Order: sequence, then structure tokens, then C-alpha cells
Amino acid sequence: MKPTDRSQVKFKPGILQNYLFILPAVLIFSVFYIYPFAKTFQLSLCQWDGIMPTTVFVGFANFKNVIFRNTAYWWQSMGNAGYITLIALTLQNLLALALAMACDRAIKSGNFYRVIFFIPPVLSEVVVGLVWKWIYNGDYGLLNYWLSQIGLSGLTRTWLADPKIALTAVAITHSWKGFGWGFIILLAGLQTIPRQLYEAARVDGANAWEIFKRITAPLMVPVFALVSILTVLGTMQAFVLVISMTGGGPGYHTEVPVTRILASMIASSRFGYACAQGIVFGLVLLVVSMLQMRIGKYAKTD
Amino acid sequence: MGIFKHLLDKRLLTLVSFLLIAACLSGCAERDRQKPEVLVWHWMTDRDPAFEELTERYKNQTGVKVKFELYAPSDAYSQKVIAAAQAGTLPDIFSILGERRIFASFIIAGHITCLTSQMNADNNAWRNELFSNALAVNEFSTANQYGVKAGIYGVPLDTMNIQLLYNKDLFKKAGLDPDLPPVSWQEFIEAGRALTAAGIPGLVSGWGEIWMIDCFASNLAWNLMGKDKIIATIKGEVPYTDPDWITVLSLFKEMADTGMLAKGMITMVNKDAEQAFANNRAAFAFNGSWCVNVYRGMNPNLNYATMMFPRLSDEHPVVIWGGAGASFMVNQRSNNKEKAIEFLKWITAKQQQVYLAQTTNNLPSNKDSLSAIAPSLRQFADDMDKTVHPSLLPAGEHPLVIEAFDKGIQSIIIGESSPREIAERVQRVKDRERR
Amino acid sequence: MRDSVKRKIKNFLGQSGIHLFLILVSVSCIFPLLWMIGSALKTQQTVFSDMRLFPAQPHWENFYTAWVEGGFGIYFFNSVFYTVTVVAGIVFISSLAAYAFSRLEFPGKNFFFLMFLVAMMIPLPGSFVPLYVLLVKLHLVNTRIGYILAMINVGLSLSIFLLKTFFDKLPKDLEDAGRIDGCSKFGIYWHVALPMARPALAVVIIFNALNVWNEYILAMLIFSSKSLMPLQRGLMVFQGAHITQYPLLMAGITITVLPIILIYLFMQRHIISGLTAGAIRG
Repeated sequence: MKPTDRSQVKFKPGILQNYLFILPAVLIFSVFYIYPFAKTFQLSLCQWDGIMPTTVFVGFANFKNVIFRNTAYWWQSMGNAGYITLIALTLQNLLALALAMACDRAIKSGNFYRVIFFIPPVLSEVVVGLVWKWIYNGDYGLLNYWLSQIGLSGLTRTWLADPKIALTAVAITHSWKGFGWGFIILLAGLQTIPRQLYEAARVDGANAWEIFKRITAPLMVPVFALVSILTVLGTMQAFVLVISMTGGGPGYHTEVPVTRILASMIASSRFGYACAQGIVFGLVLLVVSMLQMRIGKYAKTD
Repeated sequence: MGIFKHLLDKRLLTLVSFLLIAACLSGCAERDRQKPEVLVWHWMTDRDPAFEELTERYKNQTGVKVKFELYAPSDAYSQKVIAAAQAGTLPDIFSILGERRIFASFIIAGHITCLTSQMNADNNAWRNELFSNALAVNEFSTANQYGVKAGIYGVPLDTMNIQLLYNKDLFKKAGLDPDLPPVSWQEFIEAGRALTAAGIPGLVSGWGEIWMIDCFASNLAWNLMGKDKIIATIKGEVPYTDPDWITVLSLFKEMADTGMLAKGMITMVNKDAEQAFANNRAAFAFNGSWCVNVYRGMNPNLNYATMMFPRLSDEHPVVIWGGAGASFMVNQRSNNKEKAIEFLKWITAKQQQVYLAQTTNNLPSNKDSLSAIAPSLRQFADDMDKTVHPSLLPAGEHPLVIEAFDKGIQSIIIGESSPREIAERVQRVKDRERR
Repeated sequence: MRDSVKRKIKNFLGQSGIHLFLILVSVSCIFPLLWMIGSALKTQQTVFSDMRLFPAQPHWENFYTAWVEGGFGIYFFNSVFYTVTVVAGIVFISSLAAYAFSRLEFPGKNFFFLMFLVAMMIPLPGSFVPLYVLLVKLHLVNTRIGYILAMINVGLSLSIFLLKTFFDKLPKDLEDAGRIDGCSKFGIYWHVALPMARPALAVVIIFNALNVWNEYILAMLIFSSKSLMPLQRGLMVFQGAHITQYPLLMAGITITVLPIILIYLFMQRHIISGLTAGAIRG
């Protein structure tokens, strides 16, 4: 708290000082991100198998192939990831919000729940994969067992090998594993709402829904936007569960962009092509996130 | 605010002190005091303790210090090798994962020493010790499609093959003779029907990993149409819409139609399939020679045996997929090439191969050490001469075609596409990639 | 009188409904954890055949075996060290930047922020090759500091984004008060803004701690000395290419998961008692 600062005076030294705040981040970022990024972009314009000392410049041919030729179900994999994301955005986030609100209202043993809901994000994918594959198994799976116990044996099936269900099954597991993060962030957001506002509204005779609509929702818009962007990014880029649960099958029904990129890079060793896929994928995410931020800002000013 | 100031100050203190320790520790990052003369990179977690023991023995015998460094799982290992190739920091000995084209690129980029002269020295002494099928995987013939100078570029550490196994107890349960497994494809399907009728899942295999499907299809194709037609297909002279290829695809439909395929096997990883077979949950398994170890660990009482792959046609021989398990390559730019080659000669010699086979239960690459291996593993070893490997063909199929073919088989099994539709789709991918 | 009874019943039903819902979700969360611990107590032969959650004869020695065979001692120390340094680095660097993006004005601000956003979106599949080549050139390969810096970079963009959102949400009056008191910019950031952002900081800490704790791909790329490797290297011992030793793997995973749950237990108090308390008392 040295009073030597002259920040009120708006001239250059103050602005230079502002740059100091972002300097460490920009420094690390330039070395560890910008350089690999530039290299990746350079490779995306080349044909290269990852090993040869020389690369062949092919211009935007890789991009053209990724976008227009749709090799190996690229856009379908994007659609699959979009579908999982849609389920995560609705199911996972609604669950997270409901749980966060329940815990925010000083419910007894709230602490207990707060720890429990954090278990799925912490658990290793290995464990989650093994348990959920057991649940979904067609011959001795828990889900089929429960269904036949309650007289719904007509619904039993091999969940992960059914082309119509497999993607939804993976999406549900993903949402179950991920809702804890939304829960934590939303709870942190809810905690920043001053309690007096709720009390004042209650005195005015507002019911729970009105309180949510008039107080909670408007104040939470930025946090909702944050959670939804993080959900989109986290879900679109998820692939470990897919590999361990279905390997992208049956056929191409559960392939997602990242598994496609890995297949290009490792199985068919087309590095340049994989880099182009990565950049196209990133641009799609960027556009979606920008839209989300716009919607968030619009909702805020509304 | 006072409270926070206090808290933060305390935290700041810890933070700063930790950063200081960090700087310290990273400054004096541990270096090996005695630098190894031969450095080996590998990804074989389960063989790591055996390698440690062998390096100890080698040091006692020759005084040469060899060091094995493990990078697992295999994806992480592949990344490390690819990155190190670019940075020029590859070790003296390493191995390569992936298809033959990658192997060829490593050779062309000058990372791998040609070992032909060492193999052929003293009247082919080293060469004759090793299984020719395993050696062939590491060999490039004259005028190969990759433009690699002909020669042997790797040393097989062990061998493997993929076979059909059957559960004797479940055979009895379904009224089948446990000592007479099916020989022809027709008998195989009949057995499948009998098992399905008895409520026993028939075949299980990790067909979520598409290369396992490819091995099965490869066996069928070799037996049905023979080597030459497969080569012609890869060269583009025979289309995948050829009746023989459609027959291969239809056989998967035939299996699916009898209901003999274990539920969900087309999205299973192989470890899950092994879990099912080990716990008597399927009567047949299509699995590699490593499985002996897996089944013994999970269920020592499992009553099973290997059987020959069912015969489709008498026109061409029945083959099984297999070859070298892991192979080691010597770095062309290494300063210790001679020492590295000497070590590889030593580790593929009989005594070391027997030790490796006994401790790790992998099939040895040295022919003379077969007598010392366990009987259950022996069944696999006996069929080594019937193995074929895609690397033996003069040309390799495009990875995207292979993927379309194997994923297409998944679609056939779930009844989503017909064999003809898949054949046409595969041919479309082939035409596109040939352009 | 009747009204109040009705209200009590309604309240009770509402509370029970909420609890029933919470309990159902909790069971689904606890089950895999119990299954993991139960499997850690079985043997390779019984792990998939004994269907009881906890075996009749628990093999507690699996935890000891896993610890010794996995060589967890040194890895554990390494992982604690990497987690603490990386998370401290990320918290400090990203909160500074996020504060600047939220509160300070300077030319090119949007450009820089967009740069970090883009980094969060675009996956770089082949970037491990240039990254490794770069680290070799900088002599950072097989050093702790190389790994720490690379890991700080991994968590940076997302943390900046998360913290900026929360800084944007904070009321500005306290900072104005600080400015009038004559605090420097850094002083306001350090003494006013940072304490108020504690719930968000807690989220950033937990998120990045979990990320570093579970990381192994970069570690395999950067390190060659076993003595520098993190915890996940120990788990690899039980997952061979062909054989997985399930009970030992589960015991190993249990050992690695518990510290994270403990960190969370400690941090979650901060998530809860963060801003409201700070704003009132501050």
C-alpha cells in the first residue's frame, strides 16, 4: 500500500504498468503456445507423415479436404460431439443448477453433498469406464437387470452396441462425470448473491419461482454463460470416455472430432491433415463460443 | 480486510518459498552419475522388471552398462519417439509402433541402421537363430513400394500370433465334444448355433479395436482367395466389390445371424473381451498369444484350448495372423552402434530368450528356446509357421480403406448395412485415396 | 393455525423431496468410489467374478503392494511438488492477467484476451513435436522447470477466462474505496480484488490441481529420469499393454484420488464462505 502510485493521472507510465499485469501470462504463452501454434499452422499447409525430414507444401489442400471432402466421417463426428454437447448443456447443467440451488439454501448436511458431488469429476476415467461398461453390458449389465426386475425386460438391450442408443449412453456417462464442475462453479456464483436480496423478496411475498426469476437468474447470467461455454469446450473436446467405452463404434456412430484427429495422426500418420482438422475444429468452437458470449451479453442487458 | 491480509501474507510466504525450492530443485535436476553406454527406449510395461534383470546380468558378463527407459502407454511412447526423431535425441536402441509406412519413413530419414551384414555374418548365424516369420516383418525386399534399400532393419524380441480358443466346459454344456473343436467354417457356424440354443454366448473378441476385426477378416480372405488376389486388390486391380470380398463380408453377417457373437463385442476393447472369456461368459475367443498370461491371472481353472482357424476352402492354405511381437531398431546416428548390436545379439540368444519367455510368457523369437516354454503357450508356438502378416505383402493398404472395411464389418454385424453396401463404400474410399 | 400446519407439512414434503433427489444423485456418485475401493481389496481372480461390493476376505495388503510396486514414494513427492508449483504459478499469473482484462485499460486489450480465448478453443494435435524440439533447444527437457512451465501454459487460458468472468461480476465500489485510500494498482488487486474473488480462485485451484495431478502425456514427453516422473507413472506399472492388474490398479488409483478429495474438502469451505463474508466484513 505504497502511496507512490500515480495511476489517477492518465498518461503513458500508467498504461505501461497495466501491461505489466499481463506480461507473465503473455511471456509463457508466447513460448509454449504461439510457437507450437505457428508450427501447427505451418504443418497444416503441408503433407507430412510426422517422421520424414522434409515436408511437402500443398497450400490449403488439407483444409479443402477437411471441409469439403468430408473424409472419414469428419462432419458426422462433429455432429456426434454436438449431440453429446446438447445433452450436457441441458441435462448436465440443469442437474448441476438444481443441486447447486438445493445446497445453496443452507440445507442441513449441505457440506456432505458438496463433497459427494465432486466424486465423479475426481474419479479416474479408467474406473468410470469400467463401472459404466458394466452397467450398460448386454449380457450381465446392471441396467438390463434393473429393467427386467421392474418388469420392463422389453427395453433391455446392448446399450453400447446399439447404433441408436450408443451415443446417448456415452453422453449420459459424460454428463454424469461432468456435472460436478458445473455444480461447483454455479454454487460459487450463487454464493456471491447477497442474502438480503432474498429476504427482501420474501418479505414482499414472492414465491420460490419468482425469486429465481427476479433475483437469481439475472444475477447469474454471467455465470450461466461461463458454465455453458466451459461445458461446450469440455464436451466437444472430450474423447477419453469415448475411446474406452465404444472405441468410436459401432461403425462411426460415436466418433467425435478428437478421435478423428487422433486417427489421422496416429493410425494413418497424416500430420498435416490432422493439424488442419484441429484448426477447423477450433474455429468451429470459436464461433460457437462467440455466439454464446453474445447471447450472454444480450441477456445481461435485457 | 485485516483477516485477509494476514491470510494472504501467509499464503504469499508459502508461495514464494515453494517457488524458491522449485528453482533450486530444478537447477540441480538429477543426472545419472554413470552414463549408460547403451540406452534403450521401450513401452512394454509388463517386461520392464525382466529387462532390469537382464541388464544387470549383461553388465556382470561384459561390463557394458545398458539402460532401459519405459514410456507408457503406447500412445505416449509413440509421441516421444516421433518428437525425439525430429529433435535428433533418439536413444541407441528403440522400437517403432504403427504400420509399415512409418517404419519405412524412419529408415529413409536415416534413423535406423541396416542389420543385414550382421545377420548374415558367420554363415547367417544370427539370422538362423530367429523365426523367419518374425524376421520378415523387419525386412524390406528389393523394389518395395516404399523406396527403402533392401535389408533387415530390426531385431524381433519376441513373436506373437492371434488364434481361436474355445472353452471346453461350455462346449460340454452345449452338448458339443470338447476334444473335437470345429474344423470347417460350416462346423464352426453349427457349433455357434448349438451354443446359442443352449443360451451360451458364442464368440467374444475385442472388436471395438478395429485391428482385431482386421485380423479375423485377413484370415478369411487369405484362405478364401489366396495371397495373389489380396495383393491384386491392394494394387487396385481387383475391386472390393469382387464376389470373394463380398463373401468375406457375408461371413460376418452369417455369424451375426446365428446369434453366436457375444452381445456388444463390436464396441468392446480387447481387455473387456478377455474378462468375459476368462469368466466362462463365452465359448470362443479370438485372441493373441499374450492371453495365456491374462487368463491364468484371472481364472487359473479356465478349461480352454486353441483350435485351428476354421477352414473355408481347400484351394488356399489356412493361415493365422501373426509375426514379430516387439522389435528393436538400432539408431543410425548412435555413437555406440556396435555395442548396441552386440547387446541385441545377446538378448536374442537362447538363454536370454528362455528367461524372457519364462518370466513374461511371451513367445520367444529364438527358435531354439521353444523347448523351455510352458505347454499352454506351446500351443501358440506350434502354429508360428502358419502365420502371415500384412508386412509380408509387397504393398500396404491405405489406412482409410482399412478403417472403412473394419468399421463396415461393425455395421454389418449390427444389421445396419449389407455386405454389398459396405463393399461398395470401401471401394469408393479406395478410389478416392488412389487419386 | 391450520395454515401454519399446512405450511409446515408443505415445507417438510419439499425438504424431503429435495433430500430424496440429493440422495439419489449421491448414491450414483458414491457407488463407483465404493466399487473402486472394493475392487482394490479383491484378487485378480475375484475382481470380476465376486459380485459382492466388498469381498468376504479383504486383501488390504494390496494397498501396500501397490505403493511398493508402483514406486509411489518418489512419484508422490514429485506430484505434490508439481501440483503446488504449477497451481501457484497459474493462480498468480492468471489472476493478474484476468484482473487487467477486467479492470484496466490499455491498447490491444481485446486482442490479447482474444488470443487467450483462441488458445482455449483450438486443439493442437501435432504440437507435441515443436514443443519437444523447443524444450530440447532451451535445455529444458528432462528438467522440473520445463515441465512446470509447460503445465502452467496448459491451464493458463481457461483460468484467465474463468477469473475474468468473476472479476467482471464483482462490485467496483470497494476498489474505488481502495483507490481513494491511496492503494497502488497492484495493492488494489492484491488486497481488494483477489480476496473478493476467492470462490473463483478456489475453483481455479481445484480445476488445475486435478489437471496436474492426473497428467502423464507431457511428463512422458519431457522427462526421461524416473526420479522426476509424477504419480501417474506409478499407475502405468499395473496397466501393461496386454495385462491389467485390476486390484493393484484400483488400489493405486484409490491412493492417488484420496489427496484430491482432501484438497477439495479443504477448498470447498472457501467456495462457500467466500465473497459474501468478504464483502460484508471488507
